[in-house]
Amino acid sequence: MQVRVRCKMSGKITWLIILLVGLHLLLLLAGFVAPYDPAAQNRELPYAPPTRLHLWDSSRFHLRPFVYPWSPVDDGYREDRSQAYPVHAFVRGDSYRFLGLFESNLHLFGVENPGKCLLLGADAFGRDEFSRVLYGGQISVAAGIVATAVTLFVGSVIGVVAGYYGGWIDETLMGTTELFLSLPWLYFLLGVRAFLPLHVSAVRTFFLLTCVIGLIGWARPARLVRGVVLSSRTRNYVSAARGFGGADFYLLRRHIAPETFGVLLTQAAMLVPRYIAAEVALSFFGLGVNEPTASWGNMLSALQQYSVLISYGWLLAPAAALFVTSVIYYLLADALHSRLESR
Amino acid sequence: MNVIARLSLLVCLLAGVCVAGASSAENPAPENPGKNEELQRVADTSGRYGGHLTVGQRAEPKTLNPVIATDAVSREVIGRLNADLIEINRATQQTEPALAKSWKTSADGRIFTLQLRRGIRFSDGHAFDADDVIFSFAVYMDENIDSPQRDLLIIDGKPMTVAKIGPYTVRFTLPRPYAAAERIFDGLAMLPRHLLEKPYREGKFAQAWSLNAQPSEIAGLGPFRLKQYVPGQRIVAERNPYYWKVDRDNHRLPYLDEMVFLFVGTENAQVLRFEAGETDIISRLSSENFNLLAHEGTRVSSQLADLGPSLEYNFVVFNQNDLTGKKLDAIARKQVWFRDLKFRQAVNAAIDRDGIVRLVYGTRGTPLWGNVGPGNKLWINQAISHPQRSLETARQLLKSAGFSWKTNGELVDGSGETVDFTIVTSSSNAQRMKMATLLQDDLSHLGMQVHVVPLEFRALIDRVFQSFDYDAAIMGLGGGDADPNPEMNVWMSSGTSHLWNLGEKQPATDWEREIDQLMQRQMVELDYNQRKRTYDRVQQIISENLPFIFLATPNTLAGADGRLGNFHPAVLDPNTLWNADELYIRGGLENAGTR
Repeated sequence: MQVRVRCKMSGKITWLIILLVGLHLLLLLAGFVAPYDPAAQNRELPYAPPTRLHLWDSSRFHLRPFVYPWSPVDDGYREDRSQAYPVHAFVRGDSYRFLGLFESNLHLFGVENPGKCLLLGADAFGRDEFSRVLYGGQISVAAGIVATAVTLFVGSVIGVVAGYYGGWIDETLMGTTELFLSLPWLYFLLGVRAFLPLHVSAVRTFFLLTCVIGLIGWARPARLVRGVVLSSRTRNYVSAARGFGGADFYLLRRHIAPETFGVLLTQAAMLVPRYIAAEVALSFFGLGVNEPTASWGNMLSALQQYSVLISYGWLLAPAAALFVTSVIYYLLADALHSRLESR
Repeated sequence: MNVIARLSLLVCLLAGVCVAGASSAENPAPENPGKNEELQRVADTSGRYGGHLTVGQRAEPKTLNPVIATDAVSREVIGRLNADLIEINRATQQTEPALAKSWKTSADGRIFTLQLRRGIRFSDGHAFDADDVIFSFAVYMDENIDSPQRDLLIIDGKPMTVAKIGPYTVRFTLPRPYAAAERIFDGLAMLPRHLLEKPYREGKFAQAWSLNAQPSEIAGLGPFRLKQYVPGQRIVAERNPYYWKVDRDNHRLPYLDEMVFLFVGTENAQVLRFEAGETDIISRLSSENFNLLAHEGTRVSSQLADLGPSLEYNFVVFNQNDLTGKKLDAIARKQVWFRDLKFRQAVNAAIDRDGIVRLVYGTRGTPLWGNVGPGNKLWINQAISHPQRSLETARQLLKSAGFSWKTNGELVDGSGETVDFTIVTSSSNAQRMKMATLLQDDLSHLGMQVHVVPLEFRALIDRVFQSFDYDAAIMGLGGGDADPNPEMNVWMSSGTSHLWNLGEKQPATDWEREIDQLMQRQMVELDYNQRKRTYDRVQQIISENLPFIFLATPNTLAGADGRLGNFHPAVLDPNTLWNADELYIRGGLENAGTR
């Protein structure tokens, strides 16, 4: 029975990890998957709704999907059926840097100019929402992952030191964690970001942001790690190793740190979506990555206007992406946690 | 048990009767016009008494004191509680008699003799006469009170003088002729001497008429008077039973029993409340919200008005301030570009104004090439050219100014430094944020690295007016009056809103010197045509030298409940409430006040 449960858990974890890898690959290859440059404006197409893919025209069925261009009318857009643009795979278009390594202009799919294939519609500047969701995801998810790495590194170092050495070191460090845990983190982030200089590039803003997000979240993982270290340092095998003359660093590296991996993994799966949301929140309030660089947060900030929110539903796409990403991460955290418990 | 139930029913009924009695006694009936009252008849107005009008305001007013109020929200309320000697009719944009029934101007244009209406009273029933006028101007011109209106009354550093000629006659003497001087009187509310002289003498004037003041302490000559202030929620104003205007049938105005100013917070909340029918009138609508209200149709009935181009002008300003001693070396280096006319001309040529209008205002806006837009028909210089966007022209201009392009397309100046600057704008203004993003894209085609930085409004104002810690800013001005005089503080080199170079001791350039002379001249020219020619030249110099790079102006958009009668929104502020005394609810009492 025990074995069966563990196998089932493993299966669930595997599927979730495959899903996550797929999602991250999609974001990583945004330049290739996205049909357009995320900053390219189409000033004739503000708030254009998602392009419809067709298989039938007035006379017959087509195996290759095609699109009709949007034509502006008084109360929005209508399809101009006078010309159709077939959707092709592997087309040449806007140039981008493939994985940041080399220039390319090959895209997974697209239509010939002047046709536009706006799968998720366009924003206020006529920019392709689908391309922006992918590129924006790069920023938001990367911010979540990097910030989590920072948090876990700082948290585990502090947790291990506090748990292993105990005494006044432990008391001081744990006192500090309590202080950090009591911080209203969103307001704290807003305050910290306001102190950062304004004249910074998107890349520097990104790093400042992730560091700030990462550095203030270390308290909870530090506590958990400390608990694990506290219980394992008195285990027989650790005492035995110490008896054989093992140095502190050796004991920590060889016997104690491996015990914390499970906790850290679960924490990572929980922290990533939380930190993605933190980045989204900061950018939503205009304190994160600035235009024209896309991030899920600054894309959603357009919805602060009531008229936009209720008129252009497709602009909620980044929220849907955030939701899906968060759910997968949380399911993984839950599965990992259950697995840890069952061990 | 039964007895108790009956007793409680009786008590409830009695209480209901009392409340009903109280509420009917609450709204003061307008007094029948008396024989001795010189009232103003609004000839083409008729309506029905009753009902209340609810207005949603984006913020809570700061004060009810007309002398010290600076914010638009306070002034919107104060304007309904007070009246001026001469007022600008927002529909015709011309001056017309108000508390002064007539006035005479001396041949040299320096002396104004005003005849006040006799027999009219403040909202507390106290008579109004020349002493109130003398007192009011003494307060407005008092240096210690530092009223924002004081600047208007000081001409060439000398104050205008006011003298009482008779109980209903006052004379204003200007230090020198002043064009359209009668327009100054609009916005100078007349104060009740009997209520405010004491705090003024005691040096407590600035604290008088705060929001916490009791309604009995406040009296004005406006169509309404203060009834109740609920902190954080609303101000209720009730009909002034002694108001000095009557309609064509000799019924005393205003028609409405009450006006309620509801503090709703944001533009979004304003729209939501209006859509839900919780407020009856809305102004300064964005085109998106206007379209939303026009298409949604969720409101039972509404009347929406697109009045065409407003007087507001949105522009980019480059920081050309003197930064000596400011420790802003990075900005000082960039000022070499900003002060180069060809650089500004290149930016001007690269802007896609049609794109801005389409993407920011839908179709409800107009591109601008000067400070006076098509909404100001009296003063616009039609000769100013409207060059189409040309990146080629922009590139030629940059090349001739010594700029060049790196192989990756980046623009560099003569010393090889990349042209890289930030544009700051108010984060709360979605339209200007959009303009900034469009501008960023337009200028990227010239190889300029532009960063858009949204700032909280007060932080933006601080940077632009105080610390000068910015490269370029997108801002908006105008909207007050169509006349050129309120623009003096923008275009005079010594002006407090001379944004591109504040605090100039003397004009920094020859063209600024010429603008100074022309603005001074137009201020004293009494002939419209001559004044127009002078101001045309000012507009031409501005469009040639581009201290501001003009972008676009939104249309004036407003809306009201479909049952609101005499709703005549205007381009000038306050767009919708300027004729609050004439507004009425169609269908009369049976429908009024149901919300």
